[in-house]
Amino acid sequence: MVKKLLSGNEAIALGAYHAGIEVASAYPGTPSTEILENIAQFKDIYAEWSTNEKVAMEVGLGASYAGVRAMVSMKHVGLNVAADPFLAAATTGIHGGLVVVSADDPGIHSSQGEQDNRHFAKLARVPMLDPADSQEAYDFVAIAFELSEKYDTPVLFRITTRVAHSKTVVEIAEKKTRPDRKKRFHHDVEKYVMLPSHARVRVPHMHRRMTELTEFAETTFLNQLVDGNKDIGIISAGVSYQYAREVFTDATFLKLGMSYPLPPKLLHSFANRVKRLFVIEELDPFLEENIKILGTRVEGKKYIPRSGELNKTVVQHAAVKAGLVKHIDPPAEVKLIKDLPGRPPLLCPGCPHSGAFFVLSTIGQRAKVLDASGKSEKESKLIITGDIGCYTLATYPPLRAMDTTACMGASIGQAIGLEKAGVSSKIVAVIGDSTFLHSGITGVVDAVYNDAKITIVILDNGTTAMTGHQDHPGSGITAQGKSTRSVDIAQLVRGAGVNDVQVVDAFNIKSVRSALRSALDYDELSVVIVRGKCAVTTKVRKNQRQVDLEKCNDCGVCIMIGCPAIQKHDNKIQIAINSCMGDQCGICGQICPKQAISAIS
Amino acid sequence: MVGVGGQGIILASDILGEAALEIGLDVKKTDTLGMAQRGGSVTSHLRMGKKVWSPLISPAEADILLAFERLEASRWVNYVKPDGIVIINNLAIPPLSISLGTHRYPDDAEIIDSFKQRTKKVHLIEGSGEVSDIGDTRTLNIFMLGFLSSILTIKISYDIWKKCIVEHLPAKIVDLNIRAFDKGREVASSVDI
Repeated sequence: MVKKLLSGNEAIALGAYHAGIEVASAYPGTPSTEILENIAQFKDIYAEWSTNEKVAMEVGLGASYAGVRAMVSMKHVGLNVAADPFLAAATTGIHGGLVVVSADDPGIHSSQGEQDNRHFAKLARVPMLDPADSQEAYDFVAIAFELSEKYDTPVLFRITTRVAHSKTVVEIAEKKTRPDRKKRFHHDVEKYVMLPSHARVRVPHMHRRMTELTEFAETTFLNQLVDGNKDIGIISAGVSYQYAREVFTDATFLKLGMSYPLPPKLLHSFANRVKRLFVIEELDPFLEENIKILGTRVEGKKYIPRSGELNKTVVQHAAVKAGLVKHIDPPAEVKLIKDLPGRPPLLCPGCPHSGAFFVLSTIGQRAKVLDASGKSEKESKLIITGDIGCYTLATYPPLRAMDTTACMGASIGQAIGLEKAGVSSKIVAVIGDSTFLHSGITGVVDAVYNDAKITIVILDNGTTAMTGHQDHPGSGITAQGKSTRSVDIAQLVRGAGVNDVQVVDAFNIKSVRSALRSALDYDELSVVIVRGKCAVTTKVRKNQRQVDLEKCNDCGVCIMIGCPAIQKHDNKIQIAINSCMGDQCGICGQICPKQAISAIS
Repeated sequence: MVGVGGQGIILASDILGEAALEIGLDVKKTDTLGMAQRGGSVTSHLRMGKKVWSPLISPAEADILLAFERLEASRWVNYVKPDGIVIINNLAIPPLSISLGTHRYPDDAEIIDSFKQRTKKVHLIEGSGEVSDIGDTRTLNIFMLGFLSSILTIKISYDIWKKCIVEHLPAKIVDLNIRAFDKGREVASSVDI
């Protein structure tokens, strides 16, 4: 046994390796990204960044059909994208074990919304495991594969940000167990071809396996009883269990490692042991409602918030409110300094997106039109539909260059809808390269087919930057570092039928401006690809910029780029030499009306 | 540990976690980065002891707040336990709202005063200045760790610290960082905690 400090994601990757997986697929998304990144280091596993989560799920399912163990991982909203093949996988069942990791993000650390993916287990009629720390994440992966193969089902492996990104101590078995099974596809059309007549046979099978899994849940060690004071019984799962243990130091606990299907007999007998029964869970009352359906009396969400992350303090407040623990007086709250400035995330110094947004913001006069909270009764000359990526940060002042962000790829469809609805402003859809390949292509096809008179700006920085620079189909490198063919985005949109396609250098403001202006003047569908390397992956920095204070008249134009390197100290504009990207960027020098910015000589 | 993205906070807390694991403690740590690749607020909670349940520190529970930047320190006053120790690197990284003129950066006295409501043990140290003398401001995180190593009541031997630093850093910058670590210990020995 070796002890290591591992994040939940590292533990899942190692657990999958030790469980003998041979194929892994994913699309990057916080907080799930590191699972595939870690799996990709094992050269005896095939690991890929898939185009999107739907494709990832299909790749995993195909591998499973061939008899190998496969893992598919994604963030919570990724499972929305992959829901179709996930439910299909639940219907056909599997051959080699298939484990699907869904990393939920309670508290919305880095997502467009909060959702409780435990509902997917019930919807798809599959079992779900719910680890509470990295040790369980490691141990449960092996069990998930066994369950998958024994019950002919994909297994939903549900984690949350706090499990995925916390490091806890893991005892590692260090032994690799690969199931002794030949890789081969067994032709079986009644199992794999979901014609209605075949699907009708599979669905009762799904219900049967859930009945069997319910029996399994009654006795499995995944569901642990911790004896204590019988006045209070607590049912919990995942990281919520840790907070519950801290608040209820001597209660009786039922810790569910398998949170679907639930064990009715075990729950019933647990309820009979204790006076009051509480469920402590993050987000929706998933356990609470499903326990109530089984006829067991239980309380929970009456006291515990339905949104945001739990922590010890939140659970403590709930427990006091419910009369379960005595009120503890915390030290008086200290008054913070008034109006502490926030530190919102920003586009980096030298970001290739800044120039395009600066131009769009100027053309739309957005700094004037939008008020401090980003609202305006008057329509700007430009409506900018946005998408998911670093560039969503252009919503913040000073750029204010984004009006919508919904989900991956939505910018293009939304732009089409706005145009068809007949708004008078020009409509621009802005989308990054990785997001475009993920789910923007179908939007372009729709725009061509339905003759949408919009401009699509594709910000191509050659990487999936927001999640930590993963490669993608346009980058020419695979998840395991091999060179490969890259999809040419310009060719792709031309092939789809877009006639007006321009490709411009992101750091040449004149050409960005003229390309965007001509695209907006052109009353047909147009695409502008703004290409420039991501600043974070740029290693060379030379000729950093400086401000000639003799020439500078403090007009503030350079501040409007939103570059964190350009700062105002004591009413003087300065450029932080440690963060300026110099020749790689040079945007500030190009837009300064007084030519006061130049390379440090 | 709190500060700004790019200051090496996560690495410092990883090394602390490994060192605690080396001496047989249970360790849980969790980092909050928000959306930022760079430049946003960063917070790392680390708890160690015989048995740790959750990785999150609750308000009024932190024994030590190790802040790499002044403004970031002042957000966490309420998390320090009464009489807890606060170490603040005397560095200001003004966020964009300061340049845009919509906000004001708090002055030193305000920051110290707000902490004084909770604890007397507030120390402003010249970490950035010291590491700039060493030759690379990027060693600030290891300097701060060196400082921390001498004020922890949990004793971790110098050799274990060194081993954990070596394991986490590329070979060519190890010596420089060990110098930063030693400097942190030296500065700590001259401060009356």
